[in-house]
Amino acid sequence: MRRPIRRVSMLLMVMFVALFGSSTMIQAVQADALHTDARNTRTLLDSFSVERGSIVVDGVPVALSTPSDDEYEWQRQYPLGPLYASVTGYNTLGQGNSGIEEAMNAELTGTANSQFLEQVLATLTGQDPSGASVELTIDSAAQQAAADGLGDREGAVIAIEPETGEVLAMHSSPTFDPNAFASHDIAAVREVYDQLLNDPGDPLVNRTIAGDLYYPGSVFKLITAAAALESGRYTLQSEFENPVELQLPQSTAVVRNATRGPCGPGETATLETAIVLSCNIQFALLAQELGAEALRQQAAAFGFGEQLEIPLRVTPSQYPAELNEPNLMLTGFGQYDVRVTPLQMAMVSAAINNDGTMLRPQMIDRVLAPNLDVVDDPEAEILGNPISAATAAALRGAMERGVTEGLASNAAIPGVTVGGKTGTAETGERGEPFNLWFTGYGELGDRSVAVAVVVVPSENIVGDTSNVIAAPIGRAVIEAVLNS
Amino acid sequence: MTDRTAPTALQTGIVQLRDVTEAIKVRIRNPAKLRNLELFLLVIAWVLAGGAMVLVQLGALQRVDMMPLQLAGLLGILTLALHIALRIVAREADAIILPVVTVLNGLGIAMIYRIDIAEGATGWDAASMRQIAWTGIALLIAIATIVVIRNHRVLARYRFLAMAVAIILLVLPLVPGLGRTINGATVWIGIGSVLSLQPGELAKIALAIFFAGYLMTARDSLSVVGRKVLGIRFPRVRDLGPILIVWAMCLLVLVFQRDLGTSLLYFGLFLVMIYVATGRRSWMVIGLGLVALGGIAAYFTLGYVQRRIGAWIHAFDQSVYDAQGGSYQIVQGVFGMAHGGLLGTGLGLGRPDITPYANSDYIIPSLGEELGLVGIFAILGLYLILVSRGIRIGFQGPDDFTKLLGVGLAFTIGLQVFIVVGGVTRLIPLTGLTTPFLAAGGSSLLANWLIVALLLRLSDSVRGRGIA
Repeated sequence: MRRPIRRVSMLLMVMFVALFGSSTMIQAVQADALHTDARNTRTLLDSFSVERGSIVVDGVPVALSTPSDDEYEWQRQYPLGPLYASVTGYNTLGQGNSGIEEAMNAELTGTANSQFLEQVLATLTGQDPSGASVELTIDSAAQQAAADGLGDREGAVIAIEPETGEVLAMHSSPTFDPNAFASHDIAAVREVYDQLLNDPGDPLVNRTIAGDLYYPGSVFKLITAAAALESGRYTLQSEFENPVELQLPQSTAVVRNATRGPCGPGETATLETAIVLSCNIQFALLAQELGAEALRQQAAAFGFGEQLEIPLRVTPSQYPAELNEPNLMLTGFGQYDVRVTPLQMAMVSAAINNDGTMLRPQMIDRVLAPNLDVVDDPEAEILGNPISAATAAALRGAMERGVTEGLASNAAIPGVTVGGKTGTAETGERGEPFNLWFTGYGELGDRSVAVAVVVVPSENIVGDTSNVIAAPIGRAVIEAVLNS
Repeated sequence: MTDRTAPTALQTGIVQLRDVTEAIKVRIRNPAKLRNLELFLLVIAWVLAGGAMVLVQLGALQRVDMMPLQLAGLLGILTLALHIALRIVAREADAIILPVVTVLNGLGIAMIYRIDIAEGATGWDAASMRQIAWTGIALLIAIATIVVIRNHRVLARYRFLAMAVAIILLVLPLVPGLGRTINGATVWIGIGSVLSLQPGELAKIALAIFFAGYLMTARDSLSVVGRKVLGIRFPRVRDLGPILIVWAMCLLVLVFQRDLGTSLLYFGLFLVMIYVATGRRSWMVIGLGLVALGGIAAYFTLGYVQRRIGAWIHAFDQSVYDAQGGSYQIVQGVFGMAHGGLLGTGLGLGRPDITPYANSDYIIPSLGEELGLVGIFAILGLYLILVSRGIRIGFQGPDDFTKLLGVGLAFTIGLQVFIVVGGVTRLIPLTGLTTPFLAAGGSSLLANWLIVALLLRLSDSVRGRGIA
């Protein structure tokens, strides 16, 4: 019996070696790949046992983690709730993140590559792992002004600093309370999510940079005017016909000015007058003369069609690819298939304010490790020069006249240089509320700020123009920035 | 007057070399030494088991109370009782088996207690409380077995009774009103609402006794040369009877009780024992052929076998993962083990409770998560030691019955570990068997402690080599 028993013991040996092998495969060889499987809830739960870093505005956390008694160890809190919801987004237990919580997740959980060494050291020295805190460029006063200005109305406000690209305010309305997402009751979180997702007001959409985008209407005239000045064939004093109505070619459609009258008293109207009084007919004619390609190129130079991460992902603004002549003329004053984000329009105003140089918008001031080491400190980065300094100066002149004597008069602040452009965009559907716009800048000493405001009123009321509704919000944000 | 005894060294003043070596041999054979070694190893086992229980509580609750010490204390008292029984009735029994099994049983209780903490189970709802109670019952029965059965060879006489017992135990779950179907497998019997038993666990011991007894007497006729086909001598057709009966029995289990693992276990046990008895490879060929045949037939006719195979091969496919009875559990177990990595999360610090049945079928992934690959290697190493102690009886046993039973019982443990650990590590398809000594479950504990009692009793007959 010795031989068969020896064989059986060899068989047993082989069986055990196979078990050593199969467990080694799982626990050593494939372990890393298994960690990253999306279904691996252990990895996810581990990320919650890390003290997630804070999101900080002006030294005050707007999102922070406090110890909790349950298995997740930490509870995410948003002390100011809806005020910063557009910025922070939400952070859930495995149901996804949004906003900065999503874009900076790796840094907040301490898993960013830049934090690898610190995490290893923390493990070796027995410290609990914790994420970095993210300091934002947001100006708390400007953010408050933006939220107060919009109130309950649907719309978006964004402010950026022209010289640095830093985002100073970002507010989208209606918004939500991110604290509802921080619950550790996953069923409740799903319910909140479904409810907000199906809310007709789309509170989860950050309208400043994403969503369905807006018809720019008259604020697009800045880009048309920029294209004209950049072509070298026009100056602010270039003259256009000044009819009361303009019949579009190949079409029965008629373009009128918002006043239903001519653009100023003269036989002809200058480009400057058309900007200041926001006349449509002259811009339709100008677009026709410039051609689609010139407008498309100028729009692209300002950043249309370009994917941006600030680090929130920005939906590219669009200028239509195919255009016939009447539609080209409509795009001259921001109608037809032109769609923009408020951020895009703020970038246009910022470039005009900054002598034609456009900077990459950025929400991150710096990222600080738990030991206060600076993990990341993004520098200002020039995106391009969409217009020359001369064009910028000319447009500034027109925009400032628009505030002092034109249609953006409600943006005026005593003692501050304010340039602005309003817009009342028709959204295509008859009876649909207009998109009421204001974009512009304010400058005091060496400090300046560019803003874009869009308000979608619940219904169109005669007299509730963009100058009445949108321009004061822009003024309030500019004031808040320049006063702080 | 003639003194018939040889003169001693004292009397003659001559120290003979033979006497010196004899003295040394006596010392090695000294049973007290063996049992002292066992006690020494037992103390280490208690420290390991108790340490694991304390660490579990410390890790999971960040505090320590009397609970783990009570669990470890009970385990200590019970195993000490078996040790004392061995000192009296089996003084030359193997010294390694009991400490190894004590560590495994203790680790099992620690992990079961850890899952109890995660699930908030206390009192008799806590599986760890039931496990320690079952450990007590199992050890008392093991002690009784060792005390009552002074000479295991009498068991050979009752081989056909053993077969009958095995068959009755196997069929019990199919009796209406008695059988319980849990998770699709009809391998349980229920007495009232409290007690449920898996008679199949006990049947494997009865089967091993039957096989050993039957093969002891039938090995000559089974070894008789038959026809030679393709270079392998096949047995005569009439000698195929027993193997066909066992095969049919296993298929019965497979079809009616839907228990793939147990049927594999029985068949593997029988194959290995008949091979050891006859030394004929032809039995292996026939046996493996029958396994293949049964397996293929089962695959095409039994839905649950097909699902098991599918969940094994395509475990990570989303559709298989999401399917009812799919691979969710396998994949979660694998995630758990991967989460543990090389060194583990530490006892009480992982999340083994995410995996369903983390304290029974999936106790190995639970231990792998918290003790890491290192812990799994240690546990497999302990099983390997245990199995090798049984195989040793096969090599050194005084008679065929002892050898066959020793190898059979050892192989049962080895094969069961292979089927369970292989299943959870995706080496082979997953089947529902318990991990010996570790997994929560009374029947399994009882059966495996009975195997320990028998192995200890068998090893006592291997004279003088209890630590060889």
